[in-house]
Amino acid sequence: MVLKSLTGNHAVALAVKMARVNVVAAYPITPQTTIVEKLAEYIDGGELDAVMIRVESEHSALAAAYGSALAGARAFTATSSHGLLYMYEWVNWVSRARVPLVMAVVTRTMGPPWNIWTDHSDYYEQRDTGWIQGFAMDAQEAFDMTLQAFKISEDPRVFLPAMVGLDAFILSHTSMPVEVPEQELVDEWLGARTQGFVIDGSEALIHGALSPPEYTEGFIEDVGKAMEEAVEVVREVDHSFGRTFGRSHGGLVELYKCSDAKYHIVLMGAWAGDAMEAVDALREQGYSIGVVRVRYTRPFPGEELYKALSSSKGVIVVERGVSFGSMGPVFLDLAGNMLKYSRKLPYMRNVIAGVGGVNVTYKDFEYIAKETINYLESGEEPSVIAWYHAR
Amino acid sequence: MSSIPILPRHMRNTVLPGHAACHGCPIPIGLKVVGAAFGDKVILVVPACCTSVVLGMHPGTAFNGSVVHVAFASAAAVASGISAGLSKRGVRDVQVIAWAGDGGTADIGMASLSGAVERNDDFIYVMYDNEAYMNTGIQRSSATPAGAWTTTTPLGKKEPKKDVAKILIAHGAPYVATASIAYPHDFYSKLKKAAGIRGFKFIYLHAPCPVGWRFDPSLTVNIAKLAVETGMVILYEYYDGGIRLSGPSRPLLDKSKRKPIAEYLKHQGRFRGINEGELRSLESYVDSSWEWVKKFMQ
Repeated sequence: MVLKSLTGNHAVALAVKMARVNVVAAYPITPQTTIVEKLAEYIDGGELDAVMIRVESEHSALAAAYGSALAGARAFTATSSHGLLYMYEWVNWVSRARVPLVMAVVTRTMGPPWNIWTDHSDYYEQRDTGWIQGFAMDAQEAFDMTLQAFKISEDPRVFLPAMVGLDAFILSHTSMPVEVPEQELVDEWLGARTQGFVIDGSEALIHGALSPPEYTEGFIEDVGKAMEEAVEVVREVDHSFGRTFGRSHGGLVELYKCSDAKYHIVLMGAWAGDAMEAVDALREQGYSIGVVRVRYTRPFPGEELYKALSSSKGVIVVERGVSFGSMGPVFLDLAGNMLKYSRKLPYMRNVIAGVGGVNVTYKDFEYIAKETINYLESGEEPSVIAWYHAR
Repeated sequence: MSSIPILPRHMRNTVLPGHAACHGCPIPIGLKVVGAAFGDKVILVVPACCTSVVLGMHPGTAFNGSVVHVAFASAAAVASGISAGLSKRGVRDVQVIAWAGDGGTADIGMASLSGAVERNDDFIYVMYDNEAYMNTGIQRSSATPAGAWTTTTPLGKKEPKKDVAKILIAHGAPYVATASIAYPHDFYSKLKKAAGIRGFKFIYLHAPCPVGWRFDPSLTVNIAKLAVETGMVILYEYYDGGIRLSGPSRPLLDKSKRKPIAEYLKHQGRFRGINEGELRSLESYVDSSWEWVKKFMQ
């Protein structure tokens, strides 16, 4: 194990290299570019024995990554925002085809107007596509989650593609010390690629042919079943990662100072670190509060979140994105999933903040938490959904 | 015709009985030639097109080789990926062929095709050209010739056909050829030649569609032949910087040897409404195609 100072993007690139991918297909878009630039350096410098397909669009990036994965190669691509939207047809295709591969999504606000800073709308819009979707908090987790993504994606119980989300700039371009394990240990832990089927001419296989509704329904239902299986696989993989490398992240969610907390902030991404700082400050002021950090949105950690939040006196879900005309996607998923376990839900509030890349600091989390708690303790309920404008 | 090669495989071992093509469809003819050339050692990458249907419905299939059905715009990109994956794994005994129609090539697939050519990715791309979106019900594509009726050009298409082979020659592709389902041996030799070249290979395959072109299904091969004999379709190979005319087109360099274009048009209902001016513009399109070919001939 060595410590290296890495940006979020370079941590992803290093993990991809250490996973010994065979094919990288990618197209440039800010702020994802430094991932593929680094991979190009690794490949051209002879540090990574892989083919780089420098495609002419994101649509082709995922199509080419898919083709190589179908042919038995461990494949990777990365994109952001408009690039992700441009490949959207393929995002759906790859998961329904049940072909394992990994994609990093450096989240960035969609235009118009043009904007390169982070919010989570691009990532949220993939939630119905059938991909495993994880979201990292820091560069170490971006590294670990990328390695774990290959393991989860290639698990025979899953065989679905996996997405690693990370915030534009505040994570993608910010350095921190990252523990980098020995290559031999990574090789041993990750193992050789497995996939449901390989199309390489060794036998005649037809994939994706016109199918009658009754067959098609079964294929689609199987994606859902694999996603259900993935819940346990994500837990297992994080666990075995911890045993091997001495570091795990809590599986589908991370709980921070939750054991005795009466109130909870629920969120995902880099700003969870700011929320944790706010919790430290709030606790010094006598507030009983913790952070529930959602690490995976697909499969959605319903069970974990129910356990963590069912007896909460107030849940504040803070999100960098909204489903227009409704509420934040994590809030909606949380409310729906809680109902699987109980008809009686705790007080839950959805705060939309940081959209368009507006910087949200620990001071803002402190304000949001205090406002909510003070309302509730005075016997009033604040609005269920609110936009918070950090300035 | 002493140069006709002996076909090493029986075509019917690859294209099986029971496919779902319309009567007189040119696609099984083309695929049988692919089967003759490569047997089951082929991976077809098929975007949305008639072939998606022709090959049959799950769980059956009429193709005894591997087929990867892909999203419309992506035949070239997926073929690039498969080719890269196979090369990384050291698999060399299977031929990757992107098999796409004119819509999936000249229209929606143009960008991914252009990208694959520029990168010189190692596979064969076959554009089978039935000159409109036939699978969705005969809508015009950029490869529909001027004057042709389609359901979206009820008065006839105004613009001339997009010549994709020409575009790919301009890309500097190592091998570009044109072929016709009426000349299976010629198509066969071109497939085999392409398979021996590393890098990107493009074969244009003219494929008359009885349903969309409004002709009797028994005439598919005759119509395809007439397209060549009138000079509408010029069969050639391009490599090492020059064009070589193929056997059936070679004598037609002499314009007087070409049959009148009207001979080709008269069997096709899609040209029924063509007027004198449109006929003239078709003729001048053919003349300019030949002039262009002559410039690059070796």
